[in-house]
Amino acid sequence: MATTKLHLTERETAARFLPREMTYDEVTRDVSEQILTKRVGRVWWIFFAISILGTGLMLASIAWLFIEGIGIWGINTSNIWGFAIANYVWWIGIGNAGTLISSMLLLTRQKWRSSINRFAEAMTLFAASIAGLFPILHLGRPYYFFWLVPYPSTMDLWPQWRSPLVWDLFAIASYLIFSILFWYTGVIPDLATMRDRARTTTGRVLYGAFALGWTGSARDWARYEKYYKAMAALGVPLVCSVHSVVGLDFAAGLAPGWQETIFPPYFVVGAMFSGFAMVVTLAIAIRWGFGLRHLITDNHLDLMGKILLMGSLIMGISYATEWFMSWYGGSDADRSVVSFEFTGPYAPWYWLMLFGNVLAPQLLWFRTARINTAILIFVAIMINVGMWLERILIVAVTPSHDQLPSQWRLYSPTIWDWSLFIGTLGFFLFMFLCFVRLVPVVSMHEVKQLAHERRSA
Amino acid sequence: MSERDLMAEFTQPEPLMEAIRAARAEGYVRLEAYTPFSIEEMPKALGLKPSRLRVVMFVGGVIGAVAGYGLQHWSAVSAYPINTGGRPLASWPAFLIVTFEIAVLFAAVAGFAALIIRTGLTELSNPVFATRGFERVTQDRFFLRVDAKDPKFDPVETRAFLERLSPVAVNVVPT
Repeated sequence: MATTKLHLTERETAARFLPREMTYDEVTRDVSEQILTKRVGRVWWIFFAISILGTGLMLASIAWLFIEGIGIWGINTSNIWGFAIANYVWWIGIGNAGTLISSMLLLTRQKWRSSINRFAEAMTLFAASIAGLFPILHLGRPYYFFWLVPYPSTMDLWPQWRSPLVWDLFAIASYLIFSILFWYTGVIPDLATMRDRARTTTGRVLYGAFALGWTGSARDWARYEKYYKAMAALGVPLVCSVHSVVGLDFAAGLAPGWQETIFPPYFVVGAMFSGFAMVVTLAIAIRWGFGLRHLITDNHLDLMGKILLMGSLIMGISYATEWFMSWYGGSDADRSVVSFEFTGPYAPWYWLMLFGNVLAPQLLWFRTARINTAILIFVAIMINVGMWLERILIVAVTPSHDQLPSQWRLYSPTIWDWSLFIGTLGFFLFMFLCFVRLVPVVSMHEVKQLAHERRSA
Repeated sequence: MSERDLMAEFTQPEPLMEAIRAARAEGYVRLEAYTPFSIEEMPKALGLKPSRLRVVMFVGGVIGAVAGYGLQHWSAVSAYPINTGGRPLASWPAFLIVTFEIAVLFAAVAGFAALIIRTGLTELSNPVFATRGFERVTQDRFFLRVDAKDPKFDPVETRAFLERLSPVAVNVVPT
């Protein structure tokens, strides 16, 4: 451990996360010129082409689903949820992390967030909007999803408010709108910078329209700060509620392996964990692709690695608690589900999940591993795979091994399950690649504030 | 010639803060500062009244909570009552989650609306943008504006006063 101190002064923080003194102009240029003058490289185009293929695959899978119905998936009479709900939980987990990370770090005055919060929040928006698709698609007749919305219909029907699935709709919809407002408010001052630096009329008009005439006056900044911090304070409980509701989708029933009071907090931690792993992956990609090593430093990676490690420990404890409670609770069905996890036909996936979520992150005890991009990205991707397997297994294990042995049936995905999932990955990549070419990936005004503190403190 | 606001330009936040202090000591009251990033001490230095934006958010949240809970209660108890084994229709604990989500949503939207309206962000253009050199306010320059309507304002004297604060430039705001 090189330097670990619990409380750093503002100046020390600024010095660690902004390795050299940067003028305000340098910060502005480093971030904005990436978009305004630099041409995209071949790597970007290759990934962009892949992402377009993925988006096409997603659209084709959705179209085929609308034509043929959910019979194209591997679901059966026991496994009624399958990939759709597992992918939903995985994506919304990633989609929760950006806002959670950004607002928690803001409230705890972790100034280093300014280098990562912008793209972490963008990641949130894209992942959450993809997540919102799945519960709609998994309905037998997806075009009637609006029946979940309370409106005075001619059928005189109202939603069943006691159902976690209705809670889900409200949680996701509120969360999505909230995240858009939070992200957009933070980006307004930077869009104004882009407006003032843009060299083309199109650039000036577009950035000018989205910057909403921001002048940077003291009164505007005062209101901005009030709103932004209040949003952060609302964001943390909101995120916790959203993913708790996802946990309740499972826990509110009576199925063994699902009906556990640990589910809501365990889902929230899992969301933060997988989302942070995605942030690390994207941070490494952005700092490499844009040459922003001086803004996203080794110390950033070091800290994010520590948070991943902490997440993996909590996940490990949660798994152990589940095993212990199903043994201690004494219910045959619960015990049988746990032994099914370890020894049944899904066991290899279960072991791989434990490796990705619990074992691989233990490398991050060492600083050398945390600042080594190759190791860190390996661990981050293992966590994403592990968390995805966890979601799949949660959705598949219990229905495959429920209370009634006559109902035991295995789940295996079809090509359309895979194509929709891979398609959404491509769509995520597509939106993210567009984002990095249009919006400053690092919050310029916050980094300038950090530079100011470094100079003056 | 009608009197026009003056704008002093600085390269660093510290001289701007100095200038604000000096201007207020001199008796100027209609001042405005423009900066590329938020400066913590600024509202105090300018003597701004604290913004009531959070009051708006709170009211929005309360309205959202009442409306959300009310909708659930009404539809579950009177509009579409479902008797499940004689369980109470007004099952309030189950209604609290949606109530909370809607409260947060309303607070966020109300606050955003207040922010947009109060900062005049619906006007995409602003006379200050025409001030020479002002495009650097979003990049690396710090500005102090003295309103021509200030009782102490005098085109010549105010300009001389601002020049003494060693800015990089003093320009008029074309209105």
